[in-house]
Amino acid sequence: MKKILLSVRKKAAIAVTFILVFAFSLLFLFPTVFTITNSFMSESEISANYGAVFATGDAGGKTYISEKVNLKLIPDMVTFQQYYTVLFKSPDYLLKFWNAVILVVPIVVFQVIVACLASYGFARYRGKGREFLFFAYIVLMFMPYQVTLVPNYLVSDFLGILETRWAVILPGIFSPFAVFLLTKSMRRIPESIIEAARLDGAGEWQICTKICIPSCRSSLFSVVILIFIDYWNMVEQFLVLLTDREKMPLSVFLSEINTGEISLAFCVAVIYMIPTLLLFLYGEEYLVEGISSSGGLKD
Amino acid sequence: MRKKTKISAVPKQKKLNCSTCFRNKKTKQFSELKRAKRFSAFFILPSFLGVLVFFAAPFAVIIYYSFIDNPINKEFVGINNFIGLFENSAFKQAATNTLTISLISVPLAVIVPLLLAIVLEHEIPMKSKIRTFLLCPMMVPVASVVLIWQVVFHHEGVLSNIVTLLGGQPVDWLKSEFSIYVVVLLFLWKNIGYNMIIFMAAIGNIPKYPIEAAQVDGAGSSRIFFSIKLRYLSPSILFVVILSLINSFKIFREVYLLTGNYPYNTLYTLQHYMNNMFRKLDYQKLSAASIVMFIVMVAIVGILFIVENKFGKDVEQ
Repeated sequence: MKKILLSVRKKAAIAVTFILVFAFSLLFLFPTVFTITNSFMSESEISANYGAVFATGDAGGKTYISEKVNLKLIPDMVTFQQYYTVLFKSPDYLLKFWNAVILVVPIVVFQVIVACLASYGFARYRGKGREFLFFAYIVLMFMPYQVTLVPNYLVSDFLGILETRWAVILPGIFSPFAVFLLTKSMRRIPESIIEAARLDGAGEWQICTKICIPSCRSSLFSVVILIFIDYWNMVEQFLVLLTDREKMPLSVFLSEINTGEISLAFCVAVIYMIPTLLLFLYGEEYLVEGISSSGGLKD
Repeated sequence: MRKKTKISAVPKQKKLNCSTCFRNKKTKQFSELKRAKRFSAFFILPSFLGVLVFFAAPFAVIIYYSFIDNPINKEFVGINNFIGLFENSAFKQAATNTLTISLISVPLAVIVPLLLAIVLEHEIPMKSKIRTFLLCPMMVPVASVVLIWQVVFHHEGVLSNIVTLLGGQPVDWLKSEFSIYVVVLLFLWKNIGYNMIIFMAAIGNIPKYPIEAAQVDGAGSSRIFFSIKLRYLSPSILFVVILSLINSFKIFREVYLLTGNYPYNTLYTLQHYMNNMFRKLDYQKLSAASIVMFIVMVAIVGILFIVENKFGKDVEQ
């Protein structure tokens, strides 16, 4: 009897915690879901619902139907009008999207290549000097962007690449985060495998590209995802290193969308999150693995 | 466990280098070591050069800049730039605000994910769904959800509507004393998932035998948590604290995208200050500010490492 009572109580406790945690986690989803559903609203519906928020400043004499803000999950009428306008009628948004792509893709690709080589080097031999250098990388990794921004600016100025895309791309390529994560997983490769390859006559380059890099494939994927999100979110760089409006990515441009185009804003926001959401859908396991392995500093 | 699989090249070489080895073997080993060293350097080189050119060398220049009056005149002024910086009211405001935001948000960014990770360790339905939901904000670009935040926190927004329904006055949340809490909320929303994953991994790695031994000895679950689990978790807690600290400096992105270059007083962060200095091309102040932040960061991280070493000492393998 007592046993049954105990198990009932346990089940009730699980149910209550489940409901609480589940409700809590739903809160995390809500801004994304709202942004997506609202992107299918018609222009008039958006101005009716959110006119009061975005009409501040120069509304240009426009009168809005409603003064109350009304956050709506499901549009009255689903329309693809906004997507049609963004994709086919105003090339400006797609141009800004493309700006983000040509900045982020080179950063991710080259940071991973440079980091693959460096992490093989760090795993291949561990002397005092290497350990110290690796520690310096960790210190650099821990520096807030505000500390490295001034050095980046000075170098870009010195090299004459200020206000060009290189000012953003080059410092990004040599960011130490990928080196840190990949070195940790390369050091986990058993020495015996490398030894065997060496006995079979493989050279250093072959060992690096044919054995070490493929065997930390999952870390590689997770590094790619983590770097991609980080740089897809860049904001600071475009206030200091690359202030040219023509070269701005969508992330900064979105905040400057004026009130007249607010109906397009939701749709543009959704388009901007598509790459990261796709990465998330296909790579969640890698992402989780990458985050998990970034957690320990001491091995 | 990891320790076993991780056999580094160095100790192995040293072992073979013992005096009983034959002479020719010894020289062979020596050259092998030299070869490893050379190849290692060769592979590190590109990354090393990049770090040198883009971070290390200019940082040295910054140190120089922070002690001169301006890059043209180049007169040595001692620590005057630093004194000027600390007397500057904008810098003081920015530093205080940034510190306040960090002080509120970092502890929360450690405790909430830790609690979630502990809850999710138990048998709960739809565990992986919950994990996905909590991780989702991390993957959504800040710029994309800014619109929704504006709708929620505006004077006429959703939150104000709720407050009015409950009989209060509407508030412009981002332009009031509450703005710091709004920003902390956004920070937590974005970072809880990541930190939780780190804790979940760390909890999974706690060895079972000390816990079982403690249970046999009659220790309660809270005692087991504080005396055993927390100690094994301490390296991860250290990492999460440092990570959250850096991420709390990144809150500028949200603030900028929500309120632009001139936010409410309490949201004026160090990044805003630096942007202004860049506009004025005030290299000395920028350099001094950068160095002050560097020193503060190194000091904080150093202290955290020492505390962690003391606390987690007994459980380290």
